[in-house]
Amino acid sequence: MDINPILLLAAVMVASTPVLLAAIGELVVERSGVLNLGVEGMMITGAVFGYIIGHGSGSAIGGFAAAALAGACLSLIFGFLTQFLLTNQTATGLGLTLFGLGLSSLVGQGATATYPVTVPRLPIPLLSDIPSLGPILFNHDAVVYLSILLIVLVWFIMFRTRAGLILRATGENHDAAHALGYPVRLVRMLAIFFGGGCAGLAGAYISLVRVPQWTDGITAGAGWIALAIVVFASWKPFRLLIGAYLFGGVTVLQLNLQADGTLALLDIAIGLLAVAAAVVWLTRSITKKAAAPMDNLLSVIILVLSVVYGLLRLAGMQTIPIEYLSMLPYLATIAVLVGLRASNAPASLGKTFHAST
Amino acid sequence: MTLLDLRGLTKAYPGVVANSDVSFSIGEGEIHALLGENGAGKSTLVKTIYGLVRPDAGDMTLAGQPFSPSDPRAARGSGIAMVFQHFSLFDALTVAENIALGMDNPPPRKQIAGRIREVSEKYGLPLDPDMIVGDLSAGERQRVEIIRCLLQSPRLLIMDEPTSVLTPQEVNILFETLRLLSEQGTSILYISHKLDEIRALCHRATILRLGKVVGECDPRATTSREMAEMMVGTVLQAPQRDYAEAGAEILCLKNLSAPAPHQFGTALKNIELTVRAGEVVGIGGVAGNGQDELVAALSGEMRTGEGMVVVDGASIGGLTPNARRKIGVCAAPEERNGHAAAPDMTLTENALLTGNTRMVLSKNGMLDWAKARDFADSIINAFDVRTPGTETTARALSGGNLQKFVIGREILQKPKVLVVNQPTWGVDAAAAASIRQALLDLAAGGSAVVVISQDLDEILEIADRFAALNEGRLSKPVSTKGLSIEEIGLMLGGAHDMEAAHAQA
Repeated sequence: MDINPILLLAAVMVASTPVLLAAIGELVVERSGVLNLGVEGMMITGAVFGYIIGHGSGSAIGGFAAAALAGACLSLIFGFLTQFLLTNQTATGLGLTLFGLGLSSLVGQGATATYPVTVPRLPIPLLSDIPSLGPILFNHDAVVYLSILLIVLVWFIMFRTRAGLILRATGENHDAAHALGYPVRLVRMLAIFFGGGCAGLAGAYISLVRVPQWTDGITAGAGWIALAIVVFASWKPFRLLIGAYLFGGVTVLQLNLQADGTLALLDIAIGLLAVAAAVVWLTRSITKKAAAPMDNLLSVIILVLSVVYGLLRLAGMQTIPIEYLSMLPYLATIAVLVGLRASNAPASLGKTFHAST
Repeated sequence: MTLLDLRGLTKAYPGVVANSDVSFSIGEGEIHALLGENGAGKSTLVKTIYGLVRPDAGDMTLAGQPFSPSDPRAARGSGIAMVFQHFSLFDALTVAENIALGMDNPPPRKQIAGRIREVSEKYGLPLDPDMIVGDLSAGERQRVEIIRCLLQSPRLLIMDEPTSVLTPQEVNILFETLRLLSEQGTSILYISHKLDEIRALCHRATILRLGKVVGECDPRATTSREMAEMMVGTVLQAPQRDYAEAGAEILCLKNLSAPAPHQFGTALKNIELTVRAGEVVGIGGVAGNGQDELVAALSGEMRTGEGMVVVDGASIGGLTPNARRKIGVCAAPEERNGHAAAPDMTLTENALLTGNTRMVLSKNGMLDWAKARDFADSIINAFDVRTPGTETTARALSGGNLQKFVIGREILQKPKVLVVNQPTWGVDAAAAASIRQALLDLAAGGSAVVVISQDLDEILEIADRFAALNEGRLSKPVSTKGLSIEEIGLMLGGAHDMEAAHAQA
């Protein structure tokens, strides 16, 4: 096993960034009471425009700005349809995804890299010199820092300012917010616009940094994962960070496993996970908060899967087909969603607001 | 001194004139009642004053100045505050956040808790600013709204049906607070159709019918009956009943317990109750004390343990709603749009949904539309449901009319046991009387009827025995003969954390 854990953890942060960016945008949208299923479409639109403008101009900043603008503009279509023409949010969001996929494929035809674009690393002075921790946390490009900054910023605005209170109130009960005289549609349009911008940025990060090239369908479902992670996080910004890094972590892990060829790393990961699940279940049983298996569904799922894996290993399994490894990030997302059965959804989420005058 | 003067206010919606040439005035420090049936135009009128609706014609003056608020913010700026009928609160937010949202210039986050405690102390309305509103009782939620208004020192406080969710003791405390405010010079516009309350509290009353002012009176010098007849425009009839001998035990709840079905639900705890043929049992209690859960346990929406729900000696706790309908157990839940009826389906389809089993509206899995339509038609005729026809969607009916339809649908199936929750909620006096009469007639025909209601007058009017539901526990049922509202209030036990307003602290 020749995998450098420092590089691995640094890679996790990079791998998580697109999902994190898209998810924080969607979190704000959903907190305002709107369910925009078009994240994937806005992301890939951002990816193609970021790539073309970035490479056309040779400026990374230009590329990211164009991507954010493209995502935000696309989201305005969704906003106009759902908030003013009162179309169904689910159908419109799905439509937006299909539209974005088609549009990006059309725009991206023959997209070539005229000028190379590099997104420079910005090691933070002093902090990046801390042994082992420094290279993991403080030697990244600006967008990685920005994504974390956005989490903090969204948390602060949402829970510490009046604007954030109004945003949450709109998502919680749009009729009451309207009765108190708050501009429900305006608040939601702004949230949708912000969400679109974040999704666009996320897309550009894939096409300019993570991959970095343009191919059709390059986002590969990251927008859907972002949507799932918002639910996983119970609409809370810091839990979002955990969720996105968890997903990124599994992604990087499976890539390394594919490269590594042995199962040693997976043994360690699954062993740790099983122990964590057992500890959570035990503590909850001892404190009598929730002892039944149904209350600890996630722990049960993890333990059962670990036992199955362990038995297979004991039976002499040496490798796993790559396809199973590729499934891992998505399986992990589903397991977590099932296990948490998230609550705390904004009460007006996805409902059409019709103001009476 | 006149505070607010309304002249010739008119507002028309497509197909209906909500307010037509409405004029009256409210004096300073006056408690002014606005009376009227559902659909008389009270809500539109107060929304006009609060800046949510703009009138087509007419004008208002506030303390001598022309007053035409463009939005609630402007109205609040001029000193108008409003407590809504359906609370305009945000369940997931704290008391302090809810109050901050209702103010235009809220104090900083750190000071608001102190201000809330100060005002709640002054007016005897105890409230913890850090509580999540979703966890509060209805009475406490109303206090949040009132304190939100009081923090802005309003000149006119509008209260839309404030007592519909309160226990009698809570009502008394609210009235003390309102009288205190009135003495300090705040005007109050009090909207209600509970006449006794208006007689006890208000100085003057304006009566609306079909959007027009039909009279003004001094409620302290007018009888409830006279006011009701002005409201309705006809002579009212009280339900007729004969106290028949109760027959054999039909419904029997033995040690009924069930966990809360969801996060904000209530667990049912050791409920014991027997209902005999020909008997109406009334169950009172403040909303959220297990009413929905009890209905669900009886209707079959929630399954319960063996032997907990017994009908005619057979345990039915594990049966589905349709299996229960088959043996004659029908139920009408509280929420008519979305629970008792599917809003976007026609009345015929809605009649089919619960009537199929007992009325045999299908054969070999094929629907018999003609028969279903006849059934829907018979409900419409028997219960005077005002609708263009059976093919109208449930959503298009007014609340009162849909209520008549969903109650009528169950009654016409001649159930052996009928469970209704809030049978006349939001229904006007004449329609409420006819629903109550129909429930009494059903019982007289030998059925066992359970009426769950927050309207205690209603329970006293139709129930033979009364029991109170409090935090999922049911009190021992007592005969309603000679039972007073005060005794009922004590049984409800909702007043343990209340204190009357201090006389000017």
